[in-house]
Amino acid sequence: MDLQIALLLGQDGIVNGAIYALLALALVLVFAVTRVIYIPQGEFVAYGALTLAAFQAGKTPGTLWFLLGAGVLVAVIDTVIAVRAGALGRMKRIVLWNLAYPAVVAGLVLGLEPAKLPLVAQAALSLVIVVPLGPMIYRLAFQPLAEASVLVLLIVSVAVHTAMVGLGLLFFGAEGSRTTPFSEAQFTLGTLNVNGQTLWVIGSSIVLIIALYQFFGRTLYGKALRATAINRVGARLMGISTTMAGKLSFTLAAGIGAFSGILIAPITTVYYDTGFLVGLKGFVAAIIAGLVSYPLAAAGAILVGLLESFSSFWASAFKEVIVFTLIIPVLVWRSLTSHHVEEEE
Amino acid sequence: MKQRLPLLVFLALLAIGPSVLPEFYITLLNYIGLYAIVAIGLVLLTGVGGLTSFGQAAFVGLGAYTTAYLTTAHAVSPWLTLLIGLTVTAAVALILGFLTLRLSGHYLPLGTIAWGLSLYFLFGNLEFLGGHTGLTGIPVLGLFGFELHTGREFYYLIWLVLLGAVLATQNLLDSREGRAIRALKGGGLMAESMGVNTARTKIVIFLIAALFACVSGWLYAHLQRFVNPTPFGLHIGIEYLFMAVVGGAAHVWGALVGAGVITILKQWLQDLLPKLLGQSGNFEAIFFGILLVLVLQRARDGIWPWVVRLIPIKAAQRVVAEAEPLPHREMPALGTVLLEVKDACKRFGGLVANNNMSLTVKAGEVMALIGPNGAGKSTMFNCISGVDPVTSGEVRFIGERIDHLESREIARRGMGRTFQHVRLLPTMSVLENVAIGAHLRGSKGVLSASLRLERAEEARLLAEAKRQLERVGLGEHLFDEAGSLPLGQQRVLEIARALCADPCLLLLDEPAAGLRYMEKQALAELLRKLRGEGMGILLVEHDMDFVMGLADRVVVMEFGEKISEGLPEEVQKDPVVLEAYLGGVE
Repeated sequence: MDLQIALLLGQDGIVNGAIYALLALALVLVFAVTRVIYIPQGEFVAYGALTLAAFQAGKTPGTLWFLLGAGVLVAVIDTVIAVRAGALGRMKRIVLWNLAYPAVVAGLVLGLEPAKLPLVAQAALSLVIVVPLGPMIYRLAFQPLAEASVLVLLIVSVAVHTAMVGLGLLFFGAEGSRTTPFSEAQFTLGTLNVNGQTLWVIGSSIVLIIALYQFFGRTLYGKALRATAINRVGARLMGISTTMAGKLSFTLAAGIGAFSGILIAPITTVYYDTGFLVGLKGFVAAIIAGLVSYPLAAAGAILVGLLESFSSFWASAFKEVIVFTLIIPVLVWRSLTSHHVEEEE
Repeated sequence: MKQRLPLLVFLALLAIGPSVLPEFYITLLNYIGLYAIVAIGLVLLTGVGGLTSFGQAAFVGLGAYTTAYLTTAHAVSPWLTLLIGLTVTAAVALILGFLTLRLSGHYLPLGTIAWGLSLYFLFGNLEFLGGHTGLTGIPVLGLFGFELHTGREFYYLIWLVLLGAVLATQNLLDSREGRAIRALKGGGLMAESMGVNTARTKIVIFLIAALFACVSGWLYAHLQRFVNPTPFGLHIGIEYLFMAVVGGAAHVWGALVGAGVITILKQWLQDLLPKLLGQSGNFEAIFFGILLVLVLQRARDGIWPWVVRLIPIKAAQRVVAEAEPLPHREMPALGTVLLEVKDACKRFGGLVANNNMSLTVKAGEVMALIGPNGAGKSTMFNCISGVDPVTSGEVRFIGERIDHLESREIARRGMGRTFQHVRLLPTMSVLENVAIGAHLRGSKGVLSASLRLERAEEARLLAEAKRQLERVGLGEHLFDEAGSLPLGQQRVLEIARALCADPCLLLLDEPAAGLRYMEKQALAELLRKLRGEGMGILLVEHDMDFVMGLADRVVVMEFGEKISEGLPEEVQKDPVVLEAYLGGVE
């Protein structure tokens, strides 16, 4: 290996690491707020990427039907609950978000011929479809079990993942897709060639991380999420709805996931089940951080990205094995430093 | 006999199955059997123990690949490869268990996901294991000169192994170790205080689940006589968990029902869905995912409880056999200092819950620890019993320093305790709850429990539990669910459980709360009797009549510090105490 290759691999590793960092942040966020170990995070990556790819191929993405269907389902359930509780005032909100919004999105997608739109508009349209799936899935799968144990939530999470992968196959088929890059520009830094997409990925990751940091530090909703993460009961007593916090964290996670998918779609071929492995690498990073610390998770993500790119050079058949065994030393370290008898809640 | 009828009918149907069923159904039943063996392990791990693993398919693969490789490449006997496979699996499970089980509950499943994925990629990429094409030509299993060529012949082996696993698991759960396993979910802290090594117990059930999976893999390899990585991937590992949960994760037979339902549904959906959707792929995953979410939301106990309602299943045991009493601990002589706390401090971050607390308890006396709410009395209890060790200071028990010991080690030395907020297993019977207290007085392990070789010891443990329950006045409730007792009686149950451990020092945290007048009288009488037998008792209690009528000495705490100490009548007159309780006179 010469310096050139090392730099190239390093660049690759950092690009992947930036994506893993975003996913790790979303995972830490969702776990802290809802205690859900969010395995389906990766599916949002695939959904985001493949929805964009479908637009570019001139097809109507299946995720649109998912949005419409999930919206109807949520609307029906919430209407039944609202009617039983005699709280018809909720109806406006229910109809607006679960029926009207998906209908408008469907109108846009079917009316606009997205294949002819500029890339930014296509990406925005993809996000508009995929992101609301996050809170809807929270509503359907997790909200009824919000008080269940971490273990039950994890099993639900895996079940949702399984269903979403199956739906992904149904929507997008078994073939992979790639999208056109955001930028075709090439830069030369010494001996290293840097392409525009790399800068896009790293740049947007940094911007997004800063934005999240500002959101948690400066806005009321961000603080509400932090409060819920620290003490659910206490936050509820202060008037913060845990349901709201859950939906908001799932929305953010879906946004981060789908956006990550849009970022990597021009670099790698994305298949309907690619998201799972990508998401799990985010998990490895999050585990390094003990599922609590954001900066550690980001650092772990870069480490995972670098390890992956260098092992794909030395032992490409075993790169997944190497990345996933990385968590072993981390677990050893964590188990040696922790000392307590766990009491199930 | 009548209660066993459904089981006998089921066994009879199983036995005649191969002679009447067509090939297709035999194959289906073979697979259900193989899957159910794995699912039983998950019932033990997830439904009973409250842990989980998504990597069971990888353990199945370990069993299958070990025998596939060794029998084809090195012509080792399949029976020997079974042993080797079990050894390898045990080693991997132990390593994974040691790494993850001491951490919070979610590290194990995450660890098993990583492990499941890694092993799958390894199987697919190692040359000597045939890569993604796999290994062929695995020899036929021979048993006493009889060779198992067809699925019809193999059927009996699979179902015998499965029924053996069901029986062994049921036996295990109905034993001393079984009670410790059942206490893991929701009673870990209590179990530790009763002397159960919960970390070890968790590793044991993880190991058992892994070994069951390995056996299933070994059978699979010799049934198929061909292996490739596909059936050992993570998504199959997830499917095993679905089987356990859908069938009824807390019931051994639920594993069988779950394996049956999922396998048949899968078969049916794999035919139906591609036709319906017009493309091929494993779309049944969508259905299973949604099904599992609905099961967990609507019927968390799975299908098995419904089956039980339809057919009468054997009722629980209703008699406790007489048995020779367990040996007793040698009690320290009257007046010996049992417990000595010196300058104990406990801090939670910046909060000082106990500051320079000192007290002693002698054999044959009742020492009462009183003080207003929030004075730090229960914290003191947790410090003494090792549940939440002191930050600084010294705790000695019969002369030995114990402030660095785990609570189960302290329990072993003869300290029993109850909890302020009762900690018992509400769905287990009163008798079994109390028998957990006797954990340290038995020694038979998992293996003898599964083979029912520990019945003599078990009878003595249960008889002891019954004796203690009768002693505290709960003799009528032996087989009631512990959670169905009123709160006051649940506290008394905790006393019986503590007594079951044959302690020489008893820590009682508000034992009289929630009791009626007559019950309090009876409790006081019991405590006097225990004192007469030479037991030391440290008592936290708010009922002053109860305390003053019983205690030999009293220590008063306020804001984490000792403010007074002495005979009950001295303490009652102490102005500092009066001020703490009634407020000062301005």
